[in-house]
Amino acid sequence: MALAVARVSMPATAKKGDIIEIKALMRHVMEPGYRSDNRGQIIPRDIVKSLSVMYAGAEVFRMEMHPAIAANPYVVFSTVAVDTGELVFTWTDEKGATTVEKKPLMVTA
Amino acid sequence: MDFTRRELIAGCSALAIAAVLPSVAHAITTPEERETAIREATRGATVTPGRVTLGIPQVAENGLSVFTTVTVESPMTEADHVRAIHLISEKNPLPRVASFHLGPRAGRAKVSTNIRLANSQRVLAIAEMSDGTFWSDEKSVIVSIGACIDGG
Repeated sequence: MALAVARVSMPATAKKGDIIEIKALMRHVMEPGYRSDNRGQIIPRDIVKSLSVMYAGAEVFRMEMHPAIAANPYVVFSTVAVDTGELVFTWTDEKGATTVEKKPLMVTA
Repeated sequence: MDFTRRELIAGCSALAIAAVLPSVAHAITTPEERETAIREATRGATVTPGRVTLGIPQVAENGLSVFTTVTVESPMTEADHVRAIHLISEKNPLPRVASFHLGPRAGRAKVSTNIRLANSQRVLAIAEMSDGTFWSDEKSVIVSIGACIDGG
């Protein structure tokens, strides 16, 4: 299954030094690989392995996921507003396919 | 992939029946597998209870999605911050649930996500600090309807 839609919710502006809360949701089945379909065939495992967040020159957050993460993996975390720029969210599935979402953040003095 | 409620219930029942057959591939985590997962996460270091608060419902009606928050007492400075937070299950098919890698730029040591719980069990949160110490919190969760993942 191709990786589909990702959504990120965070403020568009922040004061330098403020801690902002970020909510990131990826639409994905997170098929654990234990279930059978209605013909008794095992449904192959298909999960998102990781979410990495780059901001102002560094990885500020990374999440590694296992099949025990619910479908449509959702995470809430925070970062300090240091500079005006883009936050780049990259989800990677087990086959190496990526979904990228970018969010601008305007940082005021 | 969308399941109707009826299909989901039928599927879970079928798996529950399959679970009593001897050929089920994925049982629940054994205590040894859980210990191994903890050792992997901590690289063998001692884990001390404290400084971590695991926020998870005492009773989860639906094991398919349980909102879970981990908060760690830390100033989150360059000198003293949380490096990583690990979630480990006791009775899921696999013990590892998720790992979060943070740093001083997180500002605060708090993460939330939705997890799957196959059975009523203890959930363990371990935090790795920048000084190399490990701290933990553990909560028991009663799961009314387990995540339909291992027939458990």
